[in-house]
Amino acid sequence: MTSQVSSPAEQADGAGGAVVGGPRTPAGPGGKEVRRLDRVIIRFAGDSGDGMQLTGDRFTSETASFGNDLSTLPNFPAEIRAPAGTLPGVSSFQLHFADHDILTPGDAPNVLVAMNPAALKANIGDVPRGAEIIVNTDEFTKRPMAKVGYETSPLDDGSLDAYNLHPVPLTTLTLEALKEFGLPRKEAERSKNMFALGLLSWMYHRPTEGTESFLRQKFAKKPDIAEANVAAFRAGWNFGETTEDFAVSYEVAPATRAFPTGTYRNISGNLALSYGLIAAGRQADLPLYLGSYPITPASDILHELSRHKNFGVRTFQAEDEIAGIGAALGAAFGGSLAVTTTSGPGVALKSEAIGLAVSLELPLLIVDIQRGGPSTGLPTKTEQADLLQAMYGRNGEAPVPIVAPRTPADCFDAALDAARIALAYRTPVFLLSDGYLANGSEPWKIPDVDDLPDLKVPFAAGPNHELADGTEVFWPYKRDPETLARPWAVPGTPGLEHRIGGIEKQDGTGNISYDPANHDLMVRTRQAKIDGIDVPDLDVDDPDGARTLVLGWGSTYGPITAAVRRLRLAGRPVAQAHLRHLNPFPGNLGEVLGHYEKVVVPEMNLGQLATLIRAKYLVDAQSYNQVNGMPFKAEQLATVLEEAIND
Amino acid sequence: MTEVTEVTDAPDATPTPAPTLLSLVPKAEAKQSMKDFKSDQEVRWCPGCGDYAVLAAVQGFMPELGLAKENIVFVSGIGCSSRFPYYMNTYGMHSIHGRAPAIATGLATSRRDLSVWVVTGDGDALSIGGNHLIHALRRNVNLKILLFNNRIYGLTKGQYSPTSEVGKITKSTPMGSLDAPFNPVSLAIGAEASFVARTVDSDRKHLTEVLRQAADHQGTALVEIYQNCNIFNDGAFDVLKDKERAEEAVIRLEHGKPIRFGADGGKGVVRDPATGDLEVVAVTPENESQVLVHDASGTSPTHAFALSRLADPDTLHHTPIGVFRSVARPVYDTLMAEQLDAAVDQSGKGDLGALLAGPDTWTVVG
Repeated sequence: MTSQVSSPAEQADGAGGAVVGGPRTPAGPGGKEVRRLDRVIIRFAGDSGDGMQLTGDRFTSETASFGNDLSTLPNFPAEIRAPAGTLPGVSSFQLHFADHDILTPGDAPNVLVAMNPAALKANIGDVPRGAEIIVNTDEFTKRPMAKVGYETSPLDDGSLDAYNLHPVPLTTLTLEALKEFGLPRKEAERSKNMFALGLLSWMYHRPTEGTESFLRQKFAKKPDIAEANVAAFRAGWNFGETTEDFAVSYEVAPATRAFPTGTYRNISGNLALSYGLIAAGRQADLPLYLGSYPITPASDILHELSRHKNFGVRTFQAEDEIAGIGAALGAAFGGSLAVTTTSGPGVALKSEAIGLAVSLELPLLIVDIQRGGPSTGLPTKTEQADLLQAMYGRNGEAPVPIVAPRTPADCFDAALDAARIALAYRTPVFLLSDGYLANGSEPWKIPDVDDLPDLKVPFAAGPNHELADGTEVFWPYKRDPETLARPWAVPGTPGLEHRIGGIEKQDGTGNISYDPANHDLMVRTRQAKIDGIDVPDLDVDDPDGARTLVLGWGSTYGPITAAVRRLRLAGRPVAQAHLRHLNPFPGNLGEVLGHYEKVVVPEMNLGQLATLIRAKYLVDAQSYNQVNGMPFKAEQLATVLEEAIND
Repeated sequence: MTEVTEVTDAPDATPTPAPTLLSLVPKAEAKQSMKDFKSDQEVRWCPGCGDYAVLAAVQGFMPELGLAKENIVFVSGIGCSSRFPYYMNTYGMHSIHGRAPAIATGLATSRRDLSVWVVTGDGDALSIGGNHLIHALRRNVNLKILLFNNRIYGLTKGQYSPTSEVGKITKSTPMGSLDAPFNPVSLAIGAEASFVARTVDSDRKHLTEVLRQAADHQGTALVEIYQNCNIFNDGAFDVLKDKERAEEAVIRLEHGKPIRFGADGGKGVVRDPATGDLEVVAVTPENESQVLVHDASGTSPTHAFALSRLADPDTLHHTPIGVFRSVARPVYDTLMAEQLDAAVDQSGKGDLGALLAGPDTWTVVG
């Protein structure tokens, strides 16, 4: 029972693989041995209908409230209920938690909970030898095994000898525990995920009050179901404590040193992004308006915002993607902080309206939660392949600023920053998140509302131009000399009646103009406005004076940083920089790139940032790409970076 | 016209629900004139285009509403008629093809103090923007949609449109168009529209009266305006304009009045009891009592729909004009605003600090 990884390298997220037992406490719960670990990666896997996402969420909440640092990776099929017991129907949830600061959901699980043969088969390839596997033996009967091609039972045929296997009849034990409730068998069986959660909660000394009150709240209208789930959860805990198969339990101490003083919560990317939008509305003192059409993995933002009407948030579920952005743009004209949320296929449909927003020069946030493409692609998997679409995917010269969050919690700050740019420069702005950030979660230091940035911008209130004859007039395209932003004059303001549109406008007056020289001026001015957006310089983390720079953007921050830590621990200097602003780039980016002999750009696409960097700075950036729908693994990146350094 | 007395099921005269949503729009402080609504932009439609007449009618009618003109917004799509907002001295947006109802929906639902008008054409509203049109209608957003129907594509120089008659010879259909046209009034009624009317560019008085009723309506009002394109489809509506022919071709609908037309009201619309369809008959003392009385406010859209099917799509014979349907139905913007108020009532005004913290937190002490 010494299979669990405990890495001696505190800061080396995902490093090691060394099997080291920590200090032991001989008498833990039930008089069993307790071992101390610095970090653990657990993966819950089961059928789509087994409630694995809920189980993972609950374990995450328990872990967050215990004070560990954590990072999660939900992974589920696009089908709502794929055929039961099949490989495509497997849904999983991976959680990495530690007593120190970690950056990724972990490369390989130390513990796999497999609720059926399909879950075992689909995940065993990721599980390193020596890891613990808990299986629901009740499901390892002939038919479910045959369905996924097991001719003999992997539980008996020796194929799992290299692992630390715990065969547990989860279904039988759950039914037994719930006997007194007199529930129909099918109903009672559904609580087996709570039994598993109880068992794991015992194994890792998780606090249980949160889950029990969660269950009572979730099933408030069905108290017997609530109590049955609580009973299954407790039975799982007690099973761990009493059965001899589980001789050891583990402690992962709170990550006290990893966190600055403050109040924390656990938060997913889509939730943080939703809160960022609500906060931006408050900080701009503008009503928030969301025009959206449901699409995976962005719909959760629509759901979340629609729950907060008491903040004056208007959510409009439109007839299609185009109407979603159309309504948002109409609201922007009317003086709302307007947002549309979508994923790549939706961006494609919205492209013409984004071009109109560029031409109208109105503030608008376009939130793209990227997923695997092209076309429908992989709706529930992550990818970063919409960068060039955001950058260039419109007719004509239509520059749009791009902001990308780097972690789930960072989606909050990124949303505020995107709103700042949109409002100050009167421009549509892309906020490029992705499926991994959207659904993944991590602890978040709850900001003090008083510390949030002031995003207020004034509406135009009166004439801004004097004609030769002394008449005071309003010119909708007369720009602020600093920002090049045009005035935002909202309907209802007397004397500022004006017409705007997608046809080229005369500089200043905004009247229709087909004049060649004016068009040239307007195209260059719109570009200059975006190029001149105030973005902070790029920070470079380079403690050792490295010769190689690894440059990333978006959700690759976690795995890249983890890989960099590994290399530095191994004495290999490498510099790291991560872009939040992809358009415009930070002013010092060219200088930073020129400082290094080698620049490596890992991306979950075929080299889109690398293409931009090469084109703009004539730097021989080296691309490293992965487009398998999953985030990078730290170990894999470390190997790549090491090769680049040695090369 | 023979006297029609004691029609027992005659609905009340035009219903005037009060207070109207227009009461949310600030009033003009001073008396307005048509001039106030003319922008400084040169109007650039082809000489003789029917759009001029509609523009003049709208500019002439606006002062009657007495609304602060800074609270009036015209939103259009793409096409000849969509240049309309440039010529109105109000707020305006000339947007992209087909999307005006969507953009106007965002504006109207976020700003109930505005009077929002959509100007669109048969290609803009019924082809590329068909989806937005039907959804605006079913939601009953507080928009007034003016659909200029000239049965041709003008701005792209003369291709057939979704309202062109079958067999139309155009640049893109040298052997004749193949697709059956939409009837915009039927389409709107089918899309749950609460107000549907039709009028003709050349009949200023009728056009103005329909606009007046549309402006008063709470919710989406769709006004189809037959508009002549004298370049690519000249004379498309002559049968409805020519004095002699119009008498037999046009059926003027008036709420609460029997549906009669022709010389001396000699023709009337009756329901065939066998099929339920409407048909035109010569009115006689025997059948006079069977002539339908127009009820635009009926709960069921059946009557309005049947009327919309009377016209022959090729010859336009028996074309009803006027308000087909005008019923009270909950308005989307109002419902949306009420939900916001209800949310505050239920949960109190949003507290950002409490929202960000959520129910599950832990504290790290230094």
